[in-house]
Amino acid sequence: MQADVILVRVGEIHLKGLNRPFFEQMLIRQVRLALEEYGVKVERAEGRLSVRGFAPEQTPQVMDRLRRVFGVYSVSAAREVSKDLDTVRKAAAEAMQGRSGTFKVLARRSDKQYPLDSMQLAADIGGYILENVPGWTVDVKNPQHKLSVEIREQVAYVYEETPLGVGGMPIGTGGKAMLLLSGGIDSPVAGWMCAKRGMRLEAVHFESPPYTSARSLEKVLQLAKELSLWCGPIRVHVVPFTDVQMKIHDHCPDGELTLIMRRFMMRIACRLARQQNCGAVITGESLGQVASQTMDALGVTDESADLPVFRPLISFDKVEIMERARHIGTYETSILPYEDCCTVFVPRHPVTRPKLANIKASESKLDVQALEDEALANTKQIWVGRKEL
Amino acid sequence: MTEQGSIIYLDNGATTKPFDEAVEAALWAMREDYFNPSSAYAQALSVSKKIQRARENVAALMGLPAAGVVFTGGGTEGDNLALLGSVTAARAGKKHIIISAIEHSAVSETAHFLSKQGHDVDLVPVDVSGRVTCEALTERLRPDTFLVSIMHVNNETGAVNDLAALGRLVHEVSPQALFHADGVQALGRVALDGAQSEIDLYTVSGHKINATKGVGALYIRKGVRLVGMQLGGGQEGGLRSGTENVPGILAFGAAAERYLKNKQQYVDHMFALKQRLWNGLCESVEGVIINGPHADAGAPHILNVSFTGVRSEVLLHALEGEGVLVGMGSACSSRRVKISVVLRAMGLDTERAQGAIRFSFSPLNTEEEIDAVLPIIKRQVELLRRYQRR
Repeated sequence: MQADVILVRVGEIHLKGLNRPFFEQMLIRQVRLALEEYGVKVERAEGRLSVRGFAPEQTPQVMDRLRRVFGVYSVSAAREVSKDLDTVRKAAAEAMQGRSGTFKVLARRSDKQYPLDSMQLAADIGGYILENVPGWTVDVKNPQHKLSVEIREQVAYVYEETPLGVGGMPIGTGGKAMLLLSGGIDSPVAGWMCAKRGMRLEAVHFESPPYTSARSLEKVLQLAKELSLWCGPIRVHVVPFTDVQMKIHDHCPDGELTLIMRRFMMRIACRLARQQNCGAVITGESLGQVASQTMDALGVTDESADLPVFRPLISFDKVEIMERARHIGTYETSILPYEDCCTVFVPRHPVTRPKLANIKASESKLDVQALEDEALANTKQIWVGRKEL
Repeated sequence: MTEQGSIIYLDNGATTKPFDEAVEAALWAMREDYFNPSSAYAQALSVSKKIQRARENVAALMGLPAAGVVFTGGGTEGDNLALLGSVTAARAGKKHIIISAIEHSAVSETAHFLSKQGHDVDLVPVDVSGRVTCEALTERLRPDTFLVSIMHVNNETGAVNDLAALGRLVHEVSPQALFHADGVQALGRVALDGAQSEIDLYTVSGHKINATKGVGALYIRKGVRLVGMQLGGGQEGGLRSGTENVPGILAFGAAAERYLKNKQQYVDHMFALKQRLWNGLCESVEGVIINGPHADAGAPHILNVSFTGVRSEVLLHALEGEGVLVGMGSACSSRRVKISVVLRAMGLDTERAQGAIRFSFSPLNTEEEIDAVLPIIKRQVELLRRYQRR
């Protein structure tokens, strides 16, 4: 069946009441951005969106692209015809040509003036197909194919499948957040999950040349690029961190190295977040994966933040995180080996039950403000994905 | 970060910057002499003659007869052709093949492939200086050995194998055996010097002698049976079909010509740089150890040293930050966090092997560059040493 239109169903947006137009508008914007190269027209249509103007052979790609737009609940490639019953019958029959098996018709009408009600319509269309298209039998319990027929106010639609979209909320409806992006498996997934709830993302990455290389930065930018396919262009702030690490190494106990480093990262991330009008910071932390992610350690890190910290992976198993990473397309990049080429700044015996007072005492030996100011002053910004409009 | 123009390039073992003459020759071949040498008209014949001149120059630099020189797509291709081509040309049946434990992967991977095909492949170990001794080779040679492949100069350490002695030994014990040497790092740096009579197959590469990438040559002694591994139009006597890489070949010839004019001078110059660097390091930096031959021995252009307490990749990036480019492990394997097979085979412990940096020179490097680099190395090594894992 050649589709003239793709119907896009929205999810939670329909709960939004007075805010609904805003949400729909944001979704339309994201759909248009996602389908830029196809030159389509996107419009609101009775609580759904309609996408027209794509070439028939492009239908699968357009559908695939749409299903990855946050806010899309499901899509259907449909034929749009006039409401007159005979036309609808013919369109339904055409859709069933060239195949055989068991089927059922699902009929709906929003036009309550229509001569047939839903049940009658289903029976009528079903009967017409049985009479005019060979090879079909009806099975209302467990059919191999379901044909949907909708009578709307102006037109009718005939379609078969309604594949699910990624769900979530349109980008732009959830505020803006600063993602702490490392080259690992977890942080891209955390970013994705927040973007799914409509957040726009900025990212911050801490690099430590010469302990990290151009290749490790490239890997991070590649991860950001893969994320940007879902959530739009991302500005990555690359913060030089070697000096901070060396100062901590010089003045603080070995076992506290990682935690003090993470507190610095958190504070710098919060400062950057405020500069960029972000309302929160996102990390890929999960409970108990490494020493710096015990309950106490998370508490110590959290204390240094002055913005809400979102940790979408806090309760995930590693295996679950890896599955998500595969699904969103960041896994392969994450496992490339370009990490720190030196373990100098990893403590031999990290403390697992840190006391905040001790950590703060160690920190006080450093000129924290000056170190942060220096790092921020030398931070570079790299846009990944298309430049923001 | 310094711009392209002001870097100091000390990774010539990985590749070298082409001479102007080589670039000009390649450009000319693209702009003017673009004809297919196999075509019937005069312009094509003219190109064909230029290829022959390039062949003569490369052969002269190798110290071997031009009639035996076949142009290839590079050193790796030459090594593949030598091993696979000779095995394929011979009568069917399991063959005994010996390679050294520290061959370039172009040889070791090909040998590994042959062992999976059912052939008997033996590795002859090296001594602490990274060289194959006659004793070690004798232990493995058999009267029916088919092929022995031992590299002339090791790309990581600059260790030089005595091909004359090893070749004589091979042909004494196994008169029918083929003796192949990968001479990619030797061309223009270490002469065959008496080994010519024992060499049956010898591989060289263009981009290691200031010519362009994508071109090399394989010398095949007259009478040695080889089957081409790239089949087609029959170019290069059927041993390497495919329209000739004229720009690459002419660049190769031009570079070889320049080396021929300055042969001893270039060798002396590179040796002098190596010694200048080594002496400078000894004077200014503590905890430096040479890996491989002494600074006044081995190949003139390679100096492999370990800096105790410093990881080589970190030092490499630290030097990179100051515009100095060096090598670590060997170029082909620097993407993986592995200890160099070569250093391991020489018996170096893990810590020392992990700190190994390879400095390698070409005739284009200068004394001024060495002098400029020494304080940078000192500074970075001392800085990195402050941050040892506690």
